[in-house]
Amino acid sequence: MMSTAEFKNNTIYFSGSLVFETIEDQSRQVNRILNHNKPVMLDISGVTLIDSAGVAFLEEIQVMMETVSGIVILSGGSPAVREMIGTYSSHKLKPIPAPERIDFFEGIGASFINSMKNLAKSINLASDVFFWSAYGLVNRKCQRRGATVQQAILLGVQALPIVFLLSIIIGFILSLQSAIQLRNFGGNVFLADLLSITMVREMGPLITAVIVAGRSGSAIASEIATMQVSEELDALKIMALNPIRFIVVPKFHAITYIMPILVTFSILMGIVGGLLVAITYLDVSLHTFVTRTIQILTVKDIVISLVKSTVFAWVIVIIGSYYGFTVKGGAEGVGTATTASVVTSIFAVIIIDAVFSLLYI
Amino acid sequence: MSIHREPIISVRNLTAKYDDKVILDNVSVDIYPNEITVILGGSGCGKTTLIKNILRLYQPASGSVKFWGKEVTDLDYEKFDFILRQVGMLFQNGALLNSVTVFDNISIPLELHTNLSPALIERIIRVKLELVNLGHALYMLPNELSGGMRKRAALARALALDPKILFCDEPSSGLDPLTSASLDELILALKKQLKMTIVVVTHELASIHRIADRIIFLEGSNLLFAGTLDEAQRALIPQIDRFFEVGKF
Repeated sequence: MMSTAEFKNNTIYFSGSLVFETIEDQSRQVNRILNHNKPVMLDISGVTLIDSAGVAFLEEIQVMMETVSGIVILSGGSPAVREMIGTYSSHKLKPIPAPERIDFFEGIGASFINSMKNLAKSINLASDVFFWSAYGLVNRKCQRRGATVQQAILLGVQALPIVFLLSIIIGFILSLQSAIQLRNFGGNVFLADLLSITMVREMGPLITAVIVAGRSGSAIASEIATMQVSEELDALKIMALNPIRFIVVPKFHAITYIMPILVTFSILMGIVGGLLVAITYLDVSLHTFVTRTIQILTVKDIVISLVKSTVFAWVIVIIGSYYGFTVKGGAEGVGTATTASVVTSIFAVIIIDAVFSLLYI
Repeated sequence: MSIHREPIISVRNLTAKYDDKVILDNVSVDIYPNEITVILGGSGCGKTTLIKNILRLYQPASGSVKFWGKEVTDLDYEKFDFILRQVGMLFQNGALLNSVTVFDNISIPLELHTNLSPALIERIIRVKLELVNLGHALYMLPNELSGGMRKRAALARALALDPKILFCDEPSSGLDPLTSASLDELILALKKQLKMTIVVVTHELASIHRIADRIIFLEGSNLLFAGTLDEAQRALIPQIDRFFEVGKF
């Protein structure tokens, strides 16, 4: 595409096309002219084709010429070219006020206030969930028949294979690492003590909570978030159905029933993993291993483990629901809410686990 | 048309905001029984916001909303639910629960708000689906339905509890002219046969001419006009004249 910019009699004469493809070349020529001259007029009589880039380019030159010469006159141009300039002219754009700059301390203050608001919202949601869940035990209005069982299957039963696999592998690895040290000191039989206490007090609830947070917590957040962005929650409200009672309460009930079962299963599988190492690597008999395991565990250990796991489950459901209900934006918002719910749930589970450990050391 | 009747919904000085942005400013409108009221205006003028504020999906910043003469803006949600049970809403995108079938979508309000037997509920659902010509889609999932079918299924759900007032948010958006016309016919039939009060948000001129008994015209957050279509055309308001003129083709 041909295009030229020539300087004569204080005027820059453009000819040919002023379009995306020619602007770079034109720009070089004009810069050369402006470096050595002070043109006051732009003549576009020779321009045969112009597009939005050409119009923007002409406006840019006019600004530069005003700086250099203090004056600029645009002349010539066929009706078609003039019409194009009218269409793409930025002069008719309304000025947009620059966004207010927030300084460092204002930023800290704003994020603190925002965090407090989010905390208040999550406490509000948690209290709503606890209230309606307790109320839902005696009054099942707003819950579909079989919803809790369906959720128990989705959140719990379908998580069993992964809990089974991970727990047995972690039990096996923990035992193997400990067995090497124990055999050096001739304390083979203490593997049962070590493993059963670790699995019951810490690893069982923790492994299960991390799996449930990753699997079910994310599912809860994405389900509610998708319903939020597709107006399904609004539709429920119009049907006089409270979304917390209709969606969250069955999940809350289901996970409360299923989590202790999952944790028990995880503990048993972890111990089975350890048992494999004890029998094959440390020559400990099945009878000795089981007897020592039963002797070392107390009812308090088991109760704390199950209570802890129930608290983990509640936290996962509430965090998942919170991120679901507060989602903003479309598909991207759903993804962000899901990720945030998993990260926050795992973080919260570990913090709560630390608190339990300090309380019941 | 008489204007001395008691309005079924009365909105006074309603102001709605998103964060600090005013979407509706001091809007006062009345919805009369057994009429089709069309809310119209350009994109972003607050049509959907108006009905969502009336139904308290968003809490109004200020103003009053009365259903059957009863103030509802400060009503607790338990009591407001009784009013909502007499209201149906067809959302712009249908808002069907995507994880369950069309049957389940319609059965939810029936199961949870009535003590009807499953057999009776099934019969009602089939009648409602037949009413919207969707009898064959009973056990289909929402994502297996076309746009028009989804809207009709959503309409069947909105009609599940025989509401006295039906809100439709852009029922014909994204539909071809024939499907859109059939939906309009259905809305007219609901008004005539079931004596329903219907509020429709739309900016489709053909629809407005077919169904509107009364129009509410919003512009730039404000109420520009409320009255019948004839009154609107006689009022010689440039924005309204332009709206109807530009829409002709």
